Amino acid sequence: MNLSYLFDAAHWDFSTSGSIPQLLLSHIWYVFLALVIGTAIALPIGLYIGHTGRGSFIAINAGNAGRSLPTLGLLMLMVTLLGLGLLPVLIALTVLVIPPILTSAYAGLRSLDQRVVDAARGVGMRPWQVLTRVELPMALPVLMSGFRSAALQVVATATVAAAVGLGGLGRLLIDGLAVNDYSRVLAGAIVVAVLAVLLDLILALAQRWIISPGLRASR
Amino acid sequence: MITFDDVVKVYPGGGTAVDHVSLELATGKTTVFVGPSGCGKTTSLRMINRMISPTSGRVLIDGKDVAGQDEALLRRGIGYVIQHAGLFPHRTVLDNVATVPVLLGKTRREAREAAMKLLERVGLAAEFAQRYPAQLSGGQQQRVGVARALAADPPIMLMDEPFSAVDPVVREGLHREFLRLQQELGKTIVMVTHDIDEAIKLGDEVVIFRQGGVVAQVGTPQELLADPADDFVAEFVGRDRGLRSLSFDTAAGLPVRPLPAELVVDDAGRPLGWKSADGVRPTGGTFTSADTLRLVADLAILSPVGIAVRVDADGVADGIAPHHDLADYLAARRS
Ligand SMILES: Nc1ncnc2c1ncn2[C@@H]1O[C@H](COP(=O)(O)OP(=O)(O)OP(=O)(O)O)[C@@H](O)[C@H]1O
Ligand SMILES: [Mg+2]
Repeated sequence: MNLSYLFDAAHWDFSTSGSIPQLLLSHIWYVFLALVIGTAIALPIGLYIGHTGRGSFIAINAGNAGRSLPTLGLLMLMVTLLGLGLLPVLIALTVLVIPPILTSAYAGLRSLDQRVVDAARGVGMRPWQVLTRVELPMALPVLMSGFRSAALQVVATATVAAAVGLGGLGRLLIDGLAVNDYSRVLAGAIVVAVLAVLLDLILALAQRWIISPGLRASR
Repeated sequence: MITFDDVVKVYPGGGTAVDHVSLELATGKTTVFVGPSGCGKTTSLRMINRMISPTSGRVLIDGKDVAGQDEALLRRGIGYVIQHAGLFPHRTVLDNVATVPVLLGKTRREAREAAMKLLERVGLAAEFAQRYPAQLSGGQQQRVGVARALAADPPIMLMDEPFSAVDPVVREGLHREFLRLQQELGKTIVMVTHDIDEAIKLGDEVVIFRQGGVVAQVGTPQELLADPADDFVAEFVGRDRGLRSLSFDTAAGLPVRPLPAELVVDDAGRPLGWKSADGVRPTGGTFTSADTLRLVADLAILSPVGIAVRVDADGVADGIAPHHDLADYLAARRS
């Protein structure tokens, strides 16, 4: 294995354009945007469906459809329709993020002990209060696992941005392949993998922080 | 007062759960709904706080139809102890109890302080406050459920089998605490149970339901035991209702005879036992005039000579009641 590209100090100089830190930063930026936008869309829909039980076929089908959509194909389609730029990339990545979050929000609410939800209504909570004070906190374990799998997928898949001329760690893979520099390809693959592991670790810690110990005690 | 005015509930796809029920539940009293499984007790209870709406008929609280009232506000004003406790697993015991006061606009701090006092009141030590429901026993969870319902000091409490998930010994303790609390608080309580003994013990008034959501009889526990309306009620209240009905009367009116020579007493006059060929045999217990006739009957049966011994407040023997005197007294009382 040739790690020379990865360990060359020149490739870690932030001020050089195309250096690993710069690519890493833009990669994280794409991931962040896709997660924020995807969550903003998928979470309310998933919660609504789970809370009301209305339209559950959407939640189930969205999960299946989303998983079978090829992101690269979608990206190319978006580029043909919208031209080059950040927007088509974001759309393709967001479409990837939505299904796991939507499905887990829905499943998280559906799997709750309905007697507790009934109790929440019985003590005089309004529907919104039932959702935010009881259903959501109780569904967090399931929701978080959906979010983590979305995050991992999007970290790996954000490399497609390079295929349409944008930055991100995909540059190392595509440019490396183009000039047969396998050391560069390997560097890209390693940095993506490390990023994925670190992100998952951070999310695991966040999960410990935001999920009530009372829900852990019962398992 | 809670009024059921010709209430019917038909579940779509199910049968008739509550069938033309009209009732008046007195303010400040405990009314117990009792009956076999599936006879509409929970459905009736939940129509009071609008968790279920009647198919026809009305439920009124102090003359006001609940149907016209804001659901959430109505429920905050009515304590609700849910079958199987229904505690919020993600909240500490303290925050569970503080739920309704917080909904009513109290600060979290105020609500927690009040919740702390309530936990004490239902017999839970302060150490439980920071635990989560999953870390409590079934009996402790039920106490928390009762504390949560009491937290906003509502005039009305609905309790759906609040003591079902515990063993008989713990239940006995919870019953005692319930009666003590109710004596202090004087709430209008509607309680659901399967258990006729529980109903007789805790209820000022008992409503017996039969299959199909029909009210079979309404009355005080005494009335139900002494005068069941039909075979169903007689069967339901049980075979030993004669003996149990003795629990409602004290021995104050029971005539006693002077102490016979066979009763051995100590220097102060406290009974020691009965003389017999092989020494002194213990009396097996004594009663005062404040005790129930059921205890007197029990003592007469247990006594080696078939005689119950009465004592005064200082434990000094002041009379005896042979079992045939008790029988005569009961016979005379009946006629
Ligand atoms: N949501 C529902 N849909 C259809 N039928 C229902 C529903 N809830 C209750 N029922 C039926 O209505 C009847 C009365 O139910 P309810 O829960 O009031 O009984 P209960 O007296 O409380 O019984 P238990 O002692 O077992 O709790 C039962 O036959 C039950 O099957
Ligand atoms: Mg019930």
